[in-house]
Amino acid sequence: MSRLKINVHHLTRVEGHGNIVVDVQDGNLKQCELQIVETPRFFEAMLRDKPYGDASHIVSRICGICAVGHATASLRATENALGVELSEQTVLLRKLMMHGEIMDSHILHAYMLVAPDFLGVGSVIPLAKSAPDVVLRALRMKKVAGDLCAMIAGRHTHPIAMTVGGFTHFPREDELLALRERLVAMRADNQATLDLFASLELPDFVRDTEYIALSGTGEYTFIDGVIASTDGVTKPIADYRTVTNEIVVPHSSAKHTAHLRESYMVGALARFNVNYDVLHPKAREAADALGLTPKVINPFLNTVAQVVEIVHCTEDAIDIIDYLVDKGVFWEEPAEPTRDYGTGSGGVEVPRGVLFHEYTIEAGKIVGANCVIPTGQNLGNIDRDMRKLVPEILDQPKEDITHSLEMLVRAYDPCISCSTHILNVEFVNE
Amino acid sequence: MSGKPKVAFFEFTSCEGCQLTVVDTLQNHPDLLNVIDIVEFREASSDKAQDGYDIAFIEGSCTRPGDEAKIKEIRETASIVVALGACAHLGGVNAIRNRMPLQDVREYVYQEKADWFDTYEPRPIEAVVEVDAFIPGCPIDREEFVKAVKHLLQGRMPKLADYPMCIECKLAGNVCVYKRGKTCLGPVTRAGCDAICPAYGYGCEGCRGLVPGQNVNLESMKDVLRENGMSDEDIDAKLSIFLTYQLMELEGKAPNVTLEN
Repeated sequence: MSRLKINVHHLTRVEGHGNIVVDVQDGNLKQCELQIVETPRFFEAMLRDKPYGDASHIVSRICGICAVGHATASLRATENALGVELSEQTVLLRKLMMHGEIMDSHILHAYMLVAPDFLGVGSVIPLAKSAPDVVLRALRMKKVAGDLCAMIAGRHTHPIAMTVGGFTHFPREDELLALRERLVAMRADNQATLDLFASLELPDFVRDTEYIALSGTGEYTFIDGVIASTDGVTKPIADYRTVTNEIVVPHSSAKHTAHLRESYMVGALARFNVNYDVLHPKAREAADALGLTPKVINPFLNTVAQVVEIVHCTEDAIDIIDYLVDKGVFWEEPAEPTRDYGTGSGGVEVPRGVLFHEYTIEAGKIVGANCVIPTGQNLGNIDRDMRKLVPEILDQPKEDITHSLEMLVRAYDPCISCSTHILNVEFVNE
Repeated sequence: MSGKPKVAFFEFTSCEGCQLTVVDTLQNHPDLLNVIDIVEFREASSDKAQDGYDIAFIEGSCTRPGDEAKIKEIRETASIVVALGACAHLGGVNAIRNRMPLQDVREYVYQEKADWFDTYEPRPIEAVVEVDAFIPGCPIDREEFVKAVKHLLQGRMPKLADYPMCIECKLAGNVCVYKRGKTCLGPVTRAGCDAICPAYGYGCEGCRGLVPGQNVNLESMKDVLRENGMSDEDIDAKLSIFLTYQLMELEGKAPNVTLEN
C-alpha cells in the first residue's frame, strides 16, 4: 500500500496560522484540507455595548494588513444603521485610503510572500543581498502606499482619523501634490513589477468556480455597490447572508461559505473577472500585455491580478488627487447620524476579497455584530483546488507536491487572523 | 554577544500589525538587515532558526493554555525576550472580553460549539514567562522600535518614556483635543508615540498603557471625562479598549497571573 502524508505546520509567508494536511492512500485522496488553527479572536464579544463611535477603532485591530478595510466596512455598517449621509469629499478620501491599502498589501504579497518561491529563496531577506534592487523597489513602492494612508488618516495600521460620518483630519494641498508626484514616479516601478511577473512561470492549473466581488458603482468597486457573481446574479449588500451561507466545519476555526456552487472565490482574481470592463485603461493595458482576460480560472493568477490592481489603484489615486486639488479639500465636521438605533451592513473589497460587517445598534451602543471575512469565503475553494491539484501531481516527489500546495494557498493571499471569528451574535440583555 | 545577534519573531493572538510595522521600518532603515541576523520570521520567511536565537520579539497575547508551552520554549532559547506591541505587553484589545464570564463569551460566539475551541482569558506574555523588555503601542511606533533595537545592540535595555502623553502634545504644539470638544486619555497614558492620535484629531485611547509608577490618577481622569460629557458606561467602554488587563491588575483581578509583578 502506498501512502503519502503531508503536514505543513503553520504555513509560512501567509498572514496567520494554517496547516496543510494531505493523506493519500493507494492513490485515493482521504484527506486534503487547509486547517485553520488560528486562535479564535472573539471580536463580536469585544464590540458588545460599546458606543458606536468606538467600533471602527476596535475592529481595525482584527488585521494589520486590512486595518483600513475593516475600519471602512465598520463605518459603512454603522452609517447605514444610523442613517448617515456622506459628503463627496469623504467618499473620495476613503477611496484613496482603500487604494493605499490595496497597493500596500498587494506589494507585500507579490514581492515578499509569493516571489521568493519563484526566485528560489525562502524569503525576501536573502534577496536583499542577491537582488537588492528588487527589494529596494518593493520597499519604495510599499512606502508610497503606506504614506498615502498616513497623509490622510495618520497611518495605515491602524487608521486614526477615520470616523463615523467622515474624518478628523484633512490633507493639505502641498501634501496631496507631493504624494501625486510619488505615485507618478511609481509608474516605472509598476512596470518593473509587471515585467517581473510576466517572466515567472506560474503553474498551469485550472478549476472553474464561481467568482464573487462588489460591483455596480460604475467603476472598479472597492466600497459599497452590490454583490455580483460570475454566475450572473447580483444581490444587495444587506442580503450578504444569502450569498455567504456560512457553515462550521470541524477542521477549521473559521467557517466555510458557498453560494451557487460548492464554493466560490473572492479577491483580486474575482474582482478582475467581475469588473474587467471598468478597469482603468492603463490597468487594462497591463492585463492585455499579460494575456489576461476574463474568465481567468487559474488561482495562481490571483497574484498577477493583484499586480494589475496595483496599476489600477495608482492611476485612480492620481485621478482622485487631481480632482481633490482642483476642488480643494476643506475642513468639514463628520456627518451626523439621524437616529441612534438601527441595523446596517457595510461591504468593502479588502485586498483579499469582499468583507461584510453588520451591526445592530440600540441607544447608540452596539448590541449585535457579525463579520464575514474574505479569507473565510475562500477556504472551501482552497480545499477543492487542493483536492483537484494533488492527483494531478501525485507522481512528483513529496517535497515538490508539498511546495506546490503551499504555493497554491499563498496565491490566495489568505489573511488567517481575520478569518477566525464568525457567528452572528445577538446580545440579549439579562 | 559577538557578531550579529540572531533575532527571531513570533506571534500569538494578534493582528500581525506590529510585525508588519517592523517590515515597514526597513523603508527608512534598510541597514537594519546589516546589523541583525533574522533567523525566524514566519510571516515573511520560510527559513526556520537552526541554532537558536539571541533576541526573540513576541507579538500577540496568550489566549489559550495550549500556547504557553511555545512561549516557555522561546524563553528558554532566547537570551532576551521582548514583548512587541500592546497585545504582548498588556493583552491589547484581546483582553476586552476579560470583564465578561469566559463561558458566556464562548457561547455568544460559538454557541453549541463553544467547547470546540481551546481558549482562556487573554493575557500579556509576562503573565506566562519573564519578559526583559517591551515595546508598547497598537501598533508599535517605527522609530521607537529602531531605537530599542539600537539599545539592545549596545547591550542595554530600551529606555521608554515614563511621563504622560500630554507632554508630547504640548511639545508638538497641538491644540488640545479637549478644546475641540473631544475627550482623551493622554493625561494617564505613557508617552513615546509623539501624540499621534491627537495630532490627527482623535483622542488618545491609552494603547501604550498607563504612565508607570504610583502617580497615575485614574479617579481624576474619570472626573475630567465626566465633566466633558461622558457617561460612566462610556468611560468604562473607553478605558476597556486597551487597558482592561492593566486595570484588572490594579483591582487585583487579573486572570491567573503566574509571576509576581
